[in-house]
Amino acid sequence: MMLIGFGKGCFIMANAVDFAKIKADEGAAYAKPVQILDNDGNVVNKELMANFTDDQLVDLMKKMVWERALHEQTMSFSQQGRLGFYAPTWGEEASEMGTASAFKKQDFLCPAYRDIPQLIQHGATVAQMYLWSKGHLKGNLFEARALRPQIIIGAQMVEMAGAALGIKKNGEKDAVAYAYTGEGGSSQGDTYEGMNFAGAFQAPAVFIIQNNGWAISYPSKLQTEAQTIAQKGVAAGIPGVQVDGMDVLACYEVAKEAREFAAAGNGPVLIETLTYRFGAHSSAGDDPSRYRTKEEEKPWFDKDPLIRLRKYLTKKGLWSEDEEKKYADECKDDFKKAIKEADSVEPEKVSDMLKRTFEVPTPDIKEQIKEYEAKESK
Amino acid sequence: MAKKTYIKAITEGIDIALAEDPKTLVFGEDVGKNGGVFRATNGLQTKYGKDRVFSTPLAESGILGMSIGLAATGWRPVPEIQFMGFTFEAMDSIAGQMSRVRFQYNGTKNMPITIRTPYGGGTHTAELHGDDLENFFVGIPGLRVVTPSSAYDAKGLVISAIENNDPVLFLENLRLYRSVKGEVPDDKYTVPLDKANVVQEGNDITIVTYGGMVPEAVKAAKKLAKDNISAEVIDLRSLYPLDTDTIFESVKKTHHVVVVQESQKMAGVGAQVASAISEGAIMYLDAPITRVAAPNSVYPFPMAEDVWLPRAKEIEDAARQVVNY
Ligand SMILES: Cc1ncc(C[n+]2csc(CCOP(=O)(O)OP(=O)(O)O)c2C)c(N)n1
Ligand SMILES: [Mg+2]
Repeated sequence: MMLIGFGKGCFIMANAVDFAKIKADEGAAYAKPVQILDNDGNVVNKELMANFTDDQLVDLMKKMVWERALHEQTMSFSQQGRLGFYAPTWGEEASEMGTASAFKKQDFLCPAYRDIPQLIQHGATVAQMYLWSKGHLKGNLFEARALRPQIIIGAQMVEMAGAALGIKKNGEKDAVAYAYTGEGGSSQGDTYEGMNFAGAFQAPAVFIIQNNGWAISYPSKLQTEAQTIAQKGVAAGIPGVQVDGMDVLACYEVAKEAREFAAAGNGPVLIETLTYRFGAHSSAGDDPSRYRTKEEEKPWFDKDPLIRLRKYLTKKGLWSEDEEKKYADECKDDFKKAIKEADSVEPEKVSDMLKRTFEVPTPDIKEQIKEYEAKESK
Repeated sequence: MAKKTYIKAITEGIDIALAEDPKTLVFGEDVGKNGGVFRATNGLQTKYGKDRVFSTPLAESGILGMSIGLAATGWRPVPEIQFMGFTFEAMDSIAGQMSRVRFQYNGTKNMPITIRTPYGGGTHTAELHGDDLENFFVGIPGLRVVTPSSAYDAKGLVISAIENNDPVLFLENLRLYRSVKGEVPDDKYTVPLDKANVVQEGNDITIVTYGGMVPEAVKAAKKLAKDNISAEVIDLRSLYPLDTDTIFESVKKTHHVVVVQESQKMAGVGAQVASAISEGAIMYLDAPITRVAAPNSVYPFPMAEDVWLPRAKEIEDAARQVVNY
């Protein structure tokens, strides 16, 4: 309502639109994260819980333990200077393993740099991912139906829309494309273009945005004025949903339903997982104490995705701390073998790279291949 | 005078620009509280407040597109693109928009935007974090491209870039950020935007280069001096426009030229220098011009980076060949 002064008195003018209310209401319907287990491992949604068998629950627990072990062992290799760039995944195990477990071999994955665990689950080997981190192109030669880990934030979102359209044009029946980015990546034009194109072509695409609270030093609450990222699907005409990204069961369930929806020919889905980056942004010198406080971190550590499922499974006698420790150690032994395997691969040469610049080397490159082969043989 | 690093000199230059003109704005990904991922804007938000020094949401085309609108409303934007490889994301704002505004408005409108961005390899980063892409930018009409190689030039050039009323791409060499230190006055001074610098005088051969290759050229010159080959090293500082006067002057004296660049050999700055010399000073040459550059592949992943990048040894070898032609 607007009050307008007019002579001595004043009268009230009617407004066509209540923008403030529209703004306040926008997104409210999306700010309801799906949850199955709470922080303490209590079941908060019995119907959905009934969808899981004991074996599935243990499998999801093991995948999270595997991912945490991968994180710990890889960070230790990284500190020893044995790897190049690697993005820590500590805290994001439910968001990554829960969603990834819902997809099938025939699906097409477009990962970003923080989605190495999902790429391994999809068929890349740990050794290949170590080669990738070391900067060896052999790291990208994985069997998985996937693109290489994307470094350019957001690019994978629009590339994935293309993969989804390709799947549709191929007439593939039970297949979708899926991509991951962060809440930072949700600000890139590519993310909107990807959702809009996939929507316009009704392509079988699942967009997963892992909202882990931070884009390096920039907090998610400043990334957008939108209440949720899930509601960003609205503008593209595609359904969006928020899920508790620290609840592996909820992440799995939502991703599974999204995949079914897309694979059935209903067009794309957007999923926002609410998770947290427990540590630094990357292995290369980021210091979170410059931009966030321990008080901010604390409530998120209470939501640790491993704690809640561990509590639930332990109560049911399906899991124990001992078992977990043993399994984590086994995983770490595998990773130690993987780094040895990666280290044994002959280092990359400039002449090799030149040979791979075109299918048939151009004349100038042929000259350069000779030049570098001569240098390399010295 | 205190010795300061190249990156500290840049921070000081931006600081002075912020202090002198209340219309100067500094922004980009992680630029505010965090002071940038390399700390080039360290402390500036505390000093000038969040209205003038701030972090943005993650989108390079947003950062540079918004710079155009800010400039159009009277501001003097100094946006940062976190790594030069990410300028591809904002190519339309640079090549399709800001560099054309003066032309579109018959010369009447300023676009005082200084895009700062780190570039250059050898630091074993992830893909598109080490690329040296100036070759793409020197062909954009309406855009100046500069890069310092010393701490002194870094401060003086960044101030000149920010004060200039046309768009300037200000390239900061990643390897030099902390490896290069030099005398840097605390007060304001400027370094001209279109003037090359004779880093070292010599009589037998001219080595023309810029940015991260300047220290390599100086190393090569030291080696050559041991064999009584006296090399003159020219740091272009400005990649567009080229200071051909300084180059020709040197060629007239030495009659031999090696042009060195860190980026791929095809097209680009080195080719432009060589063709400028053939057009304007070929009669002074006693030998063909030789270029030392990276090969025409994609910038390599870390494993092969050190062999891929040109180094002092290759510059030295090339110089000997040219002198003994
Ligand atoms: C186009 C582009 N811009 C900037 C960067 C540098 N960068 C790497 S990660 C990152 C933050 C990403 O945040 P978010 O999307 O939330 O993903 P997270 O790292 O939190 O998983 C930035 C700015 C980049 N790699 N690519
Ligand atoms: Mg994030």
